[in-house]
Amino acid sequence: MSETSQVHPQYNYKVVQQFSVMAVIWGIVGMSIGVLIAAQLIWPELNFNTPWLTYSRLRPLHTNAVIFAFGGCALFATSYYVVQRTSHVKLFSDKLAAFTFWGWQAVIVAAIITLPLGLTSSKEYAELEWPIDILIALVWIAYLINFFGTIIVRKVSHIYVANWFYGAFIITVAVLHIGNSMVIPISMTKSYSIYAGSVDAMMQWWYGHNAVGFFLTAGFLGMMYYFIPKQAERPVYSYRLSVVHFWALISLYIWAGPHHLHYTALPDWVQSVGMVMSVVLFVPSWGGMINGIMTLSGAWHKLRSDPILRFLIVSLSFYGMSTFEGPMMAIKTVNALSHYTDWTIGHVHSGALGWVAMVSIGSLYHLIPILFGKARMYSNHLINVHFWLATIGVVLYIVAMWISGVMQGLMWRAVNSDGTLTYSFVESLEASYPFYFVRFIGGCFVVTGMLIMAYNCYRTIFGKEEHLQVESQPQPQAA
Amino acid sequence: MSTFWTIWISVISLGTLAGCYFLLRWCLSNQTGVKEGEPMDHEFDGIVEINNQLPRWWTIMFYATFVWGLIYFALYPGLGSFPGLLGWKSSNQGILSLEESKAAVIAAKEQGLVVEYDRQVEQANELYGPIFAAYARQDIASLATNDEALKVGQRLFIQNCSQCHGSDARGGNGFPNLTDNDWLYGGETSQIKTTILHGRKGAMPAWGASLGEQGVKEVVAYALSLSGRKVDPIVAEKGQARFAVCGACHTPAGTGNIAMGAPNLTDNIWLYGGSERALVETVTHGRNGVMPAWKDILGEEKVHVISAYVYSLSLDK
Repeated sequence: MSETSQVHPQYNYKVVQQFSVMAVIWGIVGMSIGVLIAAQLIWPELNFNTPWLTYSRLRPLHTNAVIFAFGGCALFATSYYVVQRTSHVKLFSDKLAAFTFWGWQAVIVAAIITLPLGLTSSKEYAELEWPIDILIALVWIAYLINFFGTIIVRKVSHIYVANWFYGAFIITVAVLHIGNSMVIPISMTKSYSIYAGSVDAMMQWWYGHNAVGFFLTAGFLGMMYYFIPKQAERPVYSYRLSVVHFWALISLYIWAGPHHLHYTALPDWVQSVGMVMSVVLFVPSWGGMINGIMTLSGAWHKLRSDPILRFLIVSLSFYGMSTFEGPMMAIKTVNALSHYTDWTIGHVHSGALGWVAMVSIGSLYHLIPILFGKARMYSNHLINVHFWLATIGVVLYIVAMWISGVMQGLMWRAVNSDGTLTYSFVESLEASYPFYFVRFIGGCFVVTGMLIMAYNCYRTIFGKEEHLQVESQPQPQAA
Repeated sequence: MSTFWTIWISVISLGTLAGCYFLLRWCLSNQTGVKEGEPMDHEFDGIVEINNQLPRWWTIMFYATFVWGLIYFALYPGLGSFPGLLGWKSSNQGILSLEESKAAVIAAKEQGLVVEYDRQVEQANELYGPIFAAYARQDIASLATNDEALKVGQRLFIQNCSQCHGSDARGGNGFPNLTDNDWLYGGETSQIKTTILHGRKGAMPAWGASLGEQGVKEVVAYALSLSGRKVDPIVAEKGQARFAVCGACHTPAGTGNIAMGAPNLTDNIWLYGGSERALVETVTHGRNGVMPAWKDILGEEKVHVISAYVYSLSLDK
């Protein structure tokens, strides 16, 4: 596929370049903050007695930075790229594209300033205060118009499956963000939700779970559907599977929010509906994994030589694992053990680091040489090193959190012969320390990988073209 | 919930499952106009899609989750106000008071409903009730020498009391130390038990407005002098003249009054801090201390055991 390695003058690659580079940078920022707060859980002195360095303020910054800054930039970059290439047409509007880039960066910078200042709506993954929320809504609507505008003016008869997923992600995130962020402002920096009590909780987790479902799943499935067949140079396994799993996934996901509120004031019927839909959701979720992995059938040998493909396929394995784990944790009996423990943190990171980050990293490695007119990444060897650092890091992280989470759940429910609790909360915390350390080490692996990626990208973007020729068959040595 | 909402919820939840089912059936039959195993007739940027059949094991799994979902909806509350065939509820929801709660427990039992929370409380009472009933028959003073009872008491204390009083029961700013044999409301076994059962509300009025800044300083100096702290004797003397109004609660000698929870000012033990600054704050703005009532949360028998534990903490001294 030599044509993919040329810059198509008719496509808008500028915005894709901008978002791709920022994805790498925000990835490093967001994950480094994650490592810092992981360290603070072991060594609390690391907040240096400074209010804006405390765990409570950096934790929302970490989640916002990795989900919306790193994940968001990766989604913007790949969706703008994929929609142009699979619609065979330039973006609908370059001006709107530039607005989405600068607008989104402004949102991220605003988050980096306001969250450490302690300005927060206190809604998880929706902490930003109302003026920033309005900017997000404007950027998102511009994105929506630009994406669907491009689909409308497309030069091919069908719409490619990747664009179904990107499209569903863009529309639903607009609805979720605007729905959950409805507030009454009392000043520029403080507002109160218009919802009250358990309705507010339900709105929040309808948003929160679908931030996972549409932002972190549907969007990245769009990425998967383009970059896996492209990198593997194989046809997509089953068109019909993509139809059924797409429609089933988006119609079931939207129901799953209540499983975050099991055993709370939420009425029983809502908990049941959320649980049933979450369990059924398991099957269409796996549809995407099957379609991606089976796309590789007949080309398994490529995994041996291509670390980019390895990133993409391993990301799908983590996707399959967390979409099995999620529905299982949504079952009330399991949830009674897992809820409020580190198991949830482990589950989130097997999705976020294993699936979202790895599929993004693989896609970016595919994308960056093409965007900057180079035949390949500067070093295939460094991609391979990154792959192993990322994989080992994620495995250390999630295994540590599984053990610590199940242990916490068991300790919290253990009772003595007189019915009193066997352990106090502090004892379960003390028992968690070794696992917090393993988690911290895992995080260091992941960040190190990202730094290597940044170096590799830098050398690729600024490297001389003749040094970045495709590595051909070994040349016969001159005698 | 009105009938409208029950129908609404049932139609869209079952409709979503039915929609997925028919979608699955539709995709299982080949409607693409392309032979199975052949590429679809469209191509995007070099990507082709094959018209492959859905994996069989995956399809079966899909059917299985549909069946399971329908069974769950039939057995448990889910479809609006339909209670489910098992008559199961997690708890008596929508309760606003203790009386309503007690009435709901009885009502649910009469209707033959399975209320998970009530059931677990009942089981726990059956299993552990006799242990606490036996302790309740002994007086607190003798329980306080029973190691087994003290262990139980300590565990209850750690789970319920340590949030304020600390896991070592030494309290903190605003929360009394329970190990120093200094008692705001009396340290007799019956007094301790009354405090835990019914809670206490300690109120120190704010004197800043009536005494003025200088007046507060003088009173504070005198109060500090009562426990032998070094103060300016002239200022303290002026404070003594103003102390009459304080004496109404703290007694003229400043030794406190357990009937109203007015602290003894002569023992150099300070609930809200003993620095001059802290005392100025206390006298100027007043203080409000709240000890919650535990009778309805833990029941009298458990409070009895906790009382013995708390009592024992000062016995060691």
